Amino acid sequence: MHKEFLMGNEAIALGALAAGVNLVAGYPGTPSTEVLETIAKRNPGNVYVEWSINEKAGMEVAAGAAYAGARTMVTMKQVGLNVASDPLMSLEYIGVKGGMVVLVADDPGPISSQTEQDTRTFGMFSKVPVFDPCSVNDAYEMIQEAFEVSEKHGTPVIFRATTRVDHGYEAIEVKDAEEYKSIKPEGFVKDSGRWVIFPRLSVKNHALIEKRNVELADEFSAYSRNVILKEKQPCKKGIATHGANFGYVKDTCKERDLRILRVATPFPFPEKLALEFLEGLDEVLCVEELDPVIERALIYVCGKYGLNVKIRGKKTGDIPASGENTLEIVDAAIAKFLGESKVPKGDALAAPPALPVRPPVLCAGCPHRASFYAVKMAMKGQKTIYCGDIGCYTLGNAQPLDMCDTCLCMGAGIGIAQGVFHTEPDTKCFAFVGDSTFFASGITGTINAFYNQADLTLVILDNSTTAMTGHQPHPGTGRTVMGQVVEKVSMEKVLRAIGLTTVETVDPLDYALSVETVKRVTAEPGVKAIIFRSPCIALTKPSGKSAVDPAKCIACGKCIRELGCPALILGEDGKKAKIDTSLCTGCTLCEQICPVKAIAGGTKNDTAKEGKANE
Amino acid sequence: MSKSIILCGVGGQGTILASRLIASAAMKKNLPIKTAETIGMAQRGGSVFSHLRIGEADTPLIAKGQADLIIAFEPGEAVRQLPFLRKGGAVVVSSRPVMPVSAMIGKSTYDANAMLTYLKENVEHLTIVDADQAAKDLGSAKTLNVVLLGAAIRSGELGLDEEEIIQAMKERIPEKLWNMNLQSLAWSK
Repeated sequence: MHKEFLMGNEAIALGALAAGVNLVAGYPGTPSTEVLETIAKRNPGNVYVEWSINEKAGMEVAAGAAYAGARTMVTMKQVGLNVASDPLMSLEYIGVKGGMVVLVADDPGPISSQTEQDTRTFGMFSKVPVFDPCSVNDAYEMIQEAFEVSEKHGTPVIFRATTRVDHGYEAIEVKDAEEYKSIKPEGFVKDSGRWVIFPRLSVKNHALIEKRNVELADEFSAYSRNVILKEKQPCKKGIATHGANFGYVKDTCKERDLRILRVATPFPFPEKLALEFLEGLDEVLCVEELDPVIERALIYVCGKYGLNVKIRGKKTGDIPASGENTLEIVDAAIAKFLGESKVPKGDALAAPPALPVRPPVLCAGCPHRASFYAVKMAMKGQKTIYCGDIGCYTLGNAQPLDMCDTCLCMGAGIGIAQGVFHTEPDTKCFAFVGDSTFFASGITGTINAFYNQADLTLVILDNSTTAMTGHQPHPGTGRTVMGQVVEKVSMEKVLRAIGLTTVETVDPLDYALSVETVKRVTAEPGVKAIIFRSPCIALTKPSGKSAVDPAKCIACGKCIRELGCPALILGEDGKKAKIDTSLCTGCTLCEQICPVKAIAGGTKNDTAKEGKANE
Repeated sequence: MSKSIILCGVGGQGTILASRLIASAAMKKNLPIKTAETIGMAQRGGSVFSHLRIGEADTPLIAKGQADLIIAFEPGEAVRQLPFLRKGGAVVVSSRPVMPVSAMIGKSTYDANAMLTYLKENVEHLTIVDADQAAKDLGSAKTLNVVLLGAAIRSGELGLDEEEIIQAMKERIPEKLWNMNLQSLAWSK
């Protein structure tokens, strides 16, 4: 054992390695990404790791290996589980031979996601057991136990953490590589009665799953991470909680005397332990994030056993229905629950001046800005819709670009653009999709639009990486997470193979050519594609930076007003433009649009930086 | 010993490295350490923060009115986090504002001087670091995080001394950059 200062996701990865995981697949997504990256970085050499093209592919790869007896893990964020839900729902009916952990990161807030869905609820729906860690150290140990439970019961298990555990850091004791378990997979044993899903097998296994989950609930009641913290003096009130909230409850209850239940396995719910917790209580406050999972389970237990205990929480309005909990929210809810008169802590501050508003923006020099601006200028005055997608380029919605009219989920922009076209054919429909998103889920939509005779322009914003999640490779990059150099999958060839006749690739940092290309391509009928290809600024080294010549600048403000580049600021006189050289990458877009050519000096440098970007 | 520290700034300013240096130094002293960071979309020019708790703690998060020290890379972000400061706690703040794009294009306003005035009026234990002067003296604006860390050591609320931070720095920063960073750490002396 040795001590390391680890991010929750790193601890989960090291825990999986300690459990002898043989294969890990996944798709990047905040806050889950670092799990697979750490497996790749700390790989003792015998673990197969891949970034799959999407979560469904990853789930299937992990399932196949688990059929063959390997210990496997598949990683994703909560919305990724929606993509992988088809294989998971069926896999639960089939089961696994090697231990299989489905690592899902939930995002209360949401801080970086489309939804506030709760994977604990998904566990119930899919009948897959769920583990819910409360801290970095807890996660490290719990994931090792999750593999054991999975293997013992022949079922995949869900290990779901939330942002505060995934992205929290702690100094913890971890195993040395020599202490890692060594798992030798038996190999796939043919047995069509076991591995081929047919209705007859499904109904038989369904019954077995329900029976197993009842047994597992009892097993979980004795599981050491499901705990009751007993009160010192007899009390009538208790708190039930989970995950990061367990820490908030303990932190805010240092000077309070209460009974506390921590639920580490929300499904199957540890009913016997809950009965022990409820014994003698009048009232319980459920402190939860996302869905009221424990709250519903306790209401059910009270109903089943005829207990007269009032269960409070989200359903009673005592805990916020949405958003992330904070220490303040938890403290206030508990104070109200206990009927404490609230004494405000510290002196109230005077009202501050208006705080700066900082929505996230495209980086200075981001090639997406140039792509959006070229399309915007080329289509000026025409009736258009710009359907966006998931990635950095969603930030194209911000002023002044205002180039993202819709955003739904991975790859949806193409279908949305098609739907709008069929409803109002006089609109010029655009679907913007990133390179990684195109491979993950854009190809199906493109075929659908092409075959069903839509008229739209597919714009692929190819920055040669998965930028938003921290620069992971994808099939267009020609390298794998294992560091192999492999043949790239060509987007141009994919699009032409589908049948598109107009597929043009252009450097968005060449402004005039980009505008001309957009005008020409959009005039064509049917589905056509423009690939704007320029690497993410985090992958290239800036060389010559642009500078404004104050003698030439006429203070028209066009560059600042139209581009919204963080490197373009007002000079000392408050009128003329100035370049913040600490941010400028020399993309030259501002030089190209300046009406008096007052900006010069930028030189794009496309040589790739060594190694990964410094996130 | 127990200390609750908040680092805040704008995505890309180097708050995470500063947070790691403090954590490494605490770990070398065998002190328990927990931190929580902003990672993800907000890193693209949004407001970011790190909470650090040195000593036994049930959660890395710090409640309002409980922070011993706020290290702010930007005046407006210091004001945003000020409700977390305990009475008598210290604030170390860089004087240089980062203008949001929305303010540059006239969609919002931001008066950084008003932020510094507000801090002066509301924080007794305040250190304003003249970031422009530091950048001029050091020949680079890139080590602002280490300059602020030096000022934080001298605020007396970090709970770690200069030598402990230097040791952590030497482990995390390549040797060719040591000199630059040592000068930056000492700049506010």
